[in-house]
Amino acid sequence: MKIYIEVNGQKKVYDVAPDEYLLDTLREDNFYSIKRGCDNSSCGVCTVLMDGKAVQSCTLLSVKADGHKITTIEGYQDEAKKLSEHFGHQGADQCGYCNSSLALTVHAMKDEIVKPTNKDIKEYLVGNLCRCTGYEAQHRAIKLCLEDDE
Amino acid sequence: MEIVNYFKAKTVEEAYKKLQEDPSNLIIGGGAWLRLSSKTVNTAIDLEYVGLNQIKETENSIEIDAYVTLREVEKNEALSNLFSGIVNKGISGIMGVALRNLVTVGGSVVGKYSFSDFITPLLAVNTEVVLYKAGRMSLEDFLKLRTKEKDILLKIIIQKEEVLGYYYKMKKTGLDFAVVNVGVTNTLGHLKIVVGARPSLAAFAVKAMDYVNNQETVTDEVIEETANIAINELKFSTNSKASKEYRIELAKVYIRRGLKEVTK
Ligand SMILES: Cc1cc2nc3c(=O)[nH]c(=O)nc-3n(C[C@H](O)[C@H](O)[C@H](O)COP(=O)(O)OP(=O)(O)OC[C@H]3O[C@@H](n4cnc5c(N)ncnc54)[C@H](O)[C@@H]3O)c2cc1C
Ligand code: FES
Ligand code: FES
Repeated sequence: MKIYIEVNGQKKVYDVAPDEYLLDTLREDNFYSIKRGCDNSSCGVCTVLMDGKAVQSCTLLSVKADGHKITTIEGYQDEAKKLSEHFGHQGADQCGYCNSSLALTVHAMKDEIVKPTNKDIKEYLVGNLCRCTGYEAQHRAIKLCLEDDE
Repeated sequence: MEIVNYFKAKTVEEAYKKLQEDPSNLIIGGGAWLRLSSKTVNTAIDLEYVGLNQIKETENSIEIDAYVTLREVEKNEALSNLFSGIVNKGISGIMGVALRNLVTVGGSVVGKYSFSDFITPLLAVNTEVVLYKAGRMSLEDFLKLRTKEKDILLKIIIQKEEVLGYYYKMKKTGLDFAVVNVGVTNTLGHLKIVVGARPSLAAFAVKAMDYVNNQETVTDEVIEETANIAINELKFSTNSKASKEYRIELAKVYIRRGLKEVTK
């Protein structure tokens, strides 16, 4: 099946199987920033944005993305750089496997919630698991990044 | 799940016709639950272009189309101002935002999941479902319906009643399924008690409701007795999440808390 997707502003045409997932379609097209973790909708490391909303690409059939806009971290390089600097300073980064999905989810949160509170941040990011850090340092880094935007 | 063909229907009629063409054809919502199954589907029928993606507020009700995502329902302001926000609260305890942005009302209601954090609060308020062929019926009747006929859920309708609500999902970790979940509502003095994830599907504690609704005042003793009746009439059992005994103890506590909350 042919599907038409805009990935990071670039128009793309993919030939996909009806039961192919977006994670596989995009990784086959060299978008390696999107990671595979649990592959069963539980960890969030495969998160991308579809029309600005965070979605799990391991669970989204590629055919469902037809006609929609997909953003991976490559589409937010400058913003991701700022966040990753805070991550570095706060010790919020170890293996880095979860980072791009986390940064995209933070972006979606900023679009959705004006001045997110600590509670908002925790609730919004509950689906983004990190095997290394324990979340406190990530939380501090995200807060600092939000303060920069003010 | 293996899918041989994918069909984006343009009308409900078209979707229904396709649904009947092969026993393995089915409607796909967000596809998140189906993804976990080992089914082989001849044609997956998608409703994206059918136009079932609105939440409408009328004078007396909130109507939510089947293709609306749970995240859209969770964020709906009109709904959060009703029933002490228990429908929104139930949804917000389901996994993370990135899953709730995918899963649909249709998949969540038709799936009749015993652990559902959507069905328990919906049952505790006045909810009806509208199916393409079977028409309109209460959610309670729909949950009891056992039929081989394949149908399409078009929408759910929630009556805008003056309801004080309580909902609690007891889970062991942030992203887990409920060990037990409890919804209690007070609609102008009429109390309803729903317990889900026992681990079977959410159900009313009918005898407990009869008892408490026939009391002059809801004292601590009445609350205690109501909770006792509820745990004795409902069936609880053991699975990998929790034992029957643990579930009973938990349900009793949350029924008590719920009744206190909605009658204070
Ligand atoms: C990892 C994971 C964890 C979860 N945890 C929870 C939890 O803790 N609490 C909770 O309440 N829920 C939980 N869920 C369930 C989730 O909230 C949804 O209810 C579920 O995924 C079904 O929604 P869907 O849109 O994905 O449906 P699908 O998977 O697309 O479909 C499910 C079923 O519904 C049918 N269907 C879909 N739409 C229609 C329609 N309009 N008419 C007729 N039939 C239809 C399909 O044919 C299929 O049989 C979880 C799901 C996953 C994947
Ligand atoms: S890989 Fe998609 S949620 Fe874990
Ligand atoms: S830094 Fe390793 S998984 Fe998050």
